[in-house]
This record gives sequence, C-alpha cells and structure tokens, in this order.
Amino acid sequence: MRSLAQAFSVAKKDLAIELRTKESLNAAGAFAVVILLLFSFAFDPDANATRELGGGLLWLVFAFAGALVFNRSFARELPNECLDTLLSSAISGASLLLGKALANLALLIAVELVSIVVFGIFYNVRWWLRPFELAAVCVLATWGIAIVGAVFGALTVNLRLRELMLPVIIYPLLIPLLIAAIEITNALFSNQPLSAYELLWGRVLAVFDIVFTVLAMALAETILVN
Amino acid sequence: MREKLVIGLAVAAGLLLAYNLYHIFLVLPDEALQGAIYRIIFFHVPAAITGMTGYFVALLLSVAYLSFGNLRYDSLAASVVEVSVVFSMVNIVTGSIWARIIWGIWWTWDYRLTSALVCVLIFSGYLMLRRAIDEPTQRARLSAALCVFGCIDVVIVWKSIEWFRTQHPGPVLSIRTGGGHIDPAMERLLYLNFVAILMIAVALVLIRTRQEATAREIDSLRRMANAV
Amino acid sequence: MPRAIELEQLWKFYGDYAALRDLTLHIAEGSCCALLGRNGAGKTTLLRILAGLSPYQRGVVRVFGLSPRSEKARRQVGFLGHGIGVYEDLSAGENLNFFARIAGLPAPRAVAAAWLERVGLARVASMPVRQFSRGMRQRLALARTFLHSPNILLLDEPFTALDDRAIAMLSELLTEARARGATLVLSTHQIREALAIASHVALIENGRLRYTGERTAEMLDDPALLYRLHTELGAA
Repeated sequence: MRSLAQAFSVAKKDLAIELRTKESLNAAGAFAVVILLLFSFAFDPDANATRELGGGLLWLVFAFAGALVFNRSFARELPNECLDTLLSSAISGASLLLGKALANLALLIAVELVSIVVFGIFYNVRWWLRPFELAAVCVLATWGIAIVGAVFGALTVNLRLRELMLPVIIYPLLIPLLIAAIEITNALFSNQPLSAYELLWGRVLAVFDIVFTVLAMALAETILVN
Repeated sequence: MREKLVIGLAVAAGLLLAYNLYHIFLVLPDEALQGAIYRIIFFHVPAAITGMTGYFVALLLSVAYLSFGNLRYDSLAASVVEVSVVFSMVNIVTGSIWARIIWGIWWTWDYRLTSALVCVLIFSGYLMLRRAIDEPTQRARLSAALCVFGCIDVVIVWKSIEWFRTQHPGPVLSIRTGGGHIDPAMERLLYLNFVAILMIAVALVLIRTRQEATAREIDSLRRMANAV
Repeated sequence: MPRAIELEQLWKFYGDYAALRDLTLHIAEGSCCALLGRNGAGKTTLLRILAGLSPYQRGVVRVFGLSPRSEKARRQVGFLGHGIGVYEDLSAGENLNFFARIAGLPAPRAVAAAWLERVGLARVASMPVRQFSRGMRQRLALARTFLHSPNILLLDEPFTALDDRAIAMLSELLTEARARGATLVLSTHQIREALAIASHVALIENGRLRYTGERTAEMLDDPALLYRLHTELGAA
C-alpha cells in the first residue's frame, strides 16, 4: 500500500538522520543509565524489593528517556521548513504520523535494550527468563508510547515551551499503559506464570494501542494542518 | 439577555445553596459512624459528578468545533474544562480532608481519588496548552484534538486504576445501591445540593465563555491594528 | 481554457480577524500569475492555502478540481517557500531520493541523480547539506521543488535571496515548466523579474483582491502602476 510505503520512507529517513547524529540515542541512553544509577541510591533495594519495584522502575526509565526521543521527532522537521515541504508533498498526514511513530518505536526499543541489560547488571535481575513474553510486552507498550509521542510531538511542534509541554501532556495520558506494562513485567521478572490478572492488563495494552492509533490516524490532518 | 440569565442563575443557585446549607448544618443530625465530617459528602460527590460530566460535555463541544468550525464551541469547551477542573479539585480536596478525619491520612491511593487526580492533570495540560498558543484558530483546533484524546483516555484511566486498586467506600446513592445505605433525608439533600452546584457551574461557564469571546475580539482588533 | 486553480469567496480567519476576505480568483492552466501586494497583504497566506498547508474557514478552493489537501492534488504541486526544505544531516542525493520516493516516482534514484546533474551538484551528491554553501543549498532547493515535474508551481518570493546562478537556473526551470503547460503562481516583491515572466497579475491588499487581469506592457514599464491605481495607500 502506498501510504504504508510512504510511512516507511519517513521512518527510514528519520532513522538515517538519527544514526548519523546519534543525538537522541546518546541523550536517551545516558539518561536511562543515570536514572537507574540514581534509583540505587534512592531505594537501595534488596532482592525482594527489586522484584516488586523492578517493573515500575524500568518503565519509568523508558517513559522518561522516551521523552527525549519524541521531543526530537517533529522538531527535526523545523529547520529549513522541512515540515511544510513534507505537508505540501504527496504524503497524507496519517502516513507522516505513522512514519514518525515507527521511527520513535525503533529508537525507543534500542534504548530499552540497553536499559534492560544495564538494569540486569545493576540490580541482579534475571530478565532473560521469559524472553518472548518480555519482548511482546515491550513492543506493545512501546508502540503506545511511540504513537502518543508522535501525536503530541506533532501537536506541540510549533509552540514555544514545547519541551516542557510535551511531558506534561503525555504522561497523564500514558498512565493506563504504564500500569499495564509494569504489572506484566513484574510478573515476568518473578518468573510467575501469567494469571488472569496479567492477561487483563495485556488486554488493556492492546485496547490502548488500538484506540490511540485509530484516534491518531483520524486526527492527523487536524493536528498537522493548522 | 445573557447577563440576565447569568444573574438569574447565580441568584437562584445562591438561594438554593443557602437553603441547603441551612439544612446541612442545622437540621440534619450527625451521622451514626462518621460524626460531623460526613457533611462533606454534600459537596464532595456533587463536585465529582459536575467535574466528570463537564469533561464529557467538553468532548462533545470539541467534536462540534472540529465538525463545524464555529469558535463559540471552542470558547464553551475551554470554559467547561476550566470549571470542571476547579470542581474536580474541590472533589479531591474535600476527599482528602474527609480521609484525614476518618482514616488519619491526607492522601490514599485508592482508585477514585487517583483517577480524579489523573483527570485533573490531563485537563490541566489542556489549559496549559491553550495558554501556549496565541493564534485563536490554531488554539481551538489543537486543544479540541487534545480534548478528544484526553476524554477517551479518561475512560481507560478510570477502569485501569479501578482494576489496580480499590479502597474507597462503596456507592451510597440509592440509584446505585437500590436503597439502604443512606438516610432518605440526607439523600434528598445530596440531590438538592447537586442541583445548586450544577447551577453555579453553569453560571461560571457562561461568565467564562463571555470572557473568551471578549478576548477573541481584542485579539482580532489587535491584528487589524497591526496590519495597517 | 480550463482552470488550474479556482478560489470562490475564500475567507481565512485567525480567530475573528479575517486575513483573507471574500477572495475570488481563477487561474487558467498554463498561465503564470504574479501575486503582488505589500507585506502582510495575504500573499503568503494564500499560497500556503493552495499548497495545502493552511486550513480555510469559508469558501471554495480547488486545485485541478480537487481539494488542496487531497493527495492527488498535492502530487501535482511543487511548493517553494522561504525555507529550502531539505535536511541538513542527509546528503544531497539522500534528500532528493527521499522526496522522489514520497512523490511516488517510479525510479526515485535515477530521478534524483538526473536532477543533481541538472543543478550542478552531481559531484557533491554524497556530501551532507550541512557543508553546502548558500548557493548550493538554493540549487538543491530548486531540484527538490521541480523533481516531480509538478503541473502547478507555488513559489513564495522565489527571487529573494537567490544568487545570480540560482536566479538564472530558476528562470530556466520556470520557462521549461511553462513550455510543458505548467501553471505558475508566484508571490513577489521583486516586481520586475516576476512581471517579466507573468502572463497575469493579481493584486492583494489587506486580504482583499484589488485587481486581477492580464499583465500588460505598461505594467512592465511602470511596476508601481498597479499600486497607484488600485490600492488605498497607493492613491494617497
């Protein structure tokens, strides 16, 4: 489908620029490691505490580091009026938003991989016990963060105080998704079988992703052309 | 005409509120288990309902703006959100005071308080966004989009946090429990105060909408002056 | 002659302030319309609406009979605004490649390479734009605008800030575009260059269309003529 191909072109272009400059990746990666370190001073967790707090800690790290990634997402279209050029070209608002979200997803997952490894080392957590389920949760939850980040990155792109507004708007909206990801991740780290409770949260993740992706595609033109 | 409506509404609300306050504080006895503090429910619950209803009214208004483009819908939506946030905060503060007296703690992470707080945060973000945009049409469009996302998220937030924690007292209104949890005299007063608070809310919305319309007029005059 | 661009009673508002008022304008296919007017008159606003970058509140805007936001319309439009519209961190080749793919061209790499050759940037194809001189950026911007052979060109003050080489290149490209039947709309302060290639003029003041018609020889001789005849401030 042409729209999908265009979305992938946009995503590839963003990733090409990011891999060349590595601005977001370095900043987000460094930030994630620093937070993980700071938490060790704040909580000084033992094995039990880590099991209870681990999921929460990790997902907060992902959310905060993520802000650095999607802040840049639309901001990098501002110099030279590239955003205008894109909007006046043959790509629909929805494809543009989708492409940006895909790029966010890839970058966030890269940061998450690094964070999980460092987390495992710092806190002695065996995160590799349930790799497929962990991967599934990460991808599902990160998609939710990526699409919300793309939408509100687009919405705030031309505003002053963009970097302040973006986290303030996004984090309350992401609360259900973060709760879901945290609950499932905690269960996975304790190597417990996934009960009905965790599966409920899995459904919340799926519903969140679907609802917000549909909303994003529907409101893309409204948000981008103003 | 508009002025008279606002004044009429405010006076009626004031009278009803005076009647209610008289009954709440001087006529009704203390509640069996909670003592005097239970009276806070007459403000806590109506404020909560007014706040939540306001958010969904704002959703309808935002969709109306996006569909028809009339800036009056945007002014109304912004006013409704602002008033709803205020009443939600009344809800949270009264809930907190009640919790301090009854449970000895200022805050508890029970699902209704937490969800109410999240809603306040989401719509405070809406108000902050509006302040960050100068151009009225752009402001209307973008805040309408945020309102749609916010309101739909509110539904997901409420259910999620409910599944995550529950410590709040159960429902007391007879329409929800089928009778038996609350004295009928108290319940009647609860509904009466709900009406009073709703009237106050509507009056505030009307005043605020008028302010928005004036601000828009000033903005357009300024643009006209700058264009010459 | 069929109409490439149709505006009927177009109004654009910022809040309650009308930036464009009751604009009715028809631009025939193959013509070249020069949009004249002072700063703040509404020329850029109008071009942005035609390019699908700005919403409008009242009236009808049609580009080849379609809404300016429709993908089919935008595929035929080339827009050159104030910015050069290319990414600093990508190379010239990567930039053109990307825009060619977005435009849906069948052989994007080949088209990109051909255009780099055309604007004299072939030997710096893999250099990041960040290292380009001003003139090189301008030429890359021209390549980006013309590479999908648009049937409508919307140019916002294109002659401003171009060096001689770029102006010559732009004039060449515009002549070529007109020869293949493209429609040009350009807003301008550099009245002389624009009037030289224009077949029609439209004068906008305070968001209103004051005059529209063919470009005559008199206008070419005396560029300020229109302002004197048709604007309130000019008459003073």
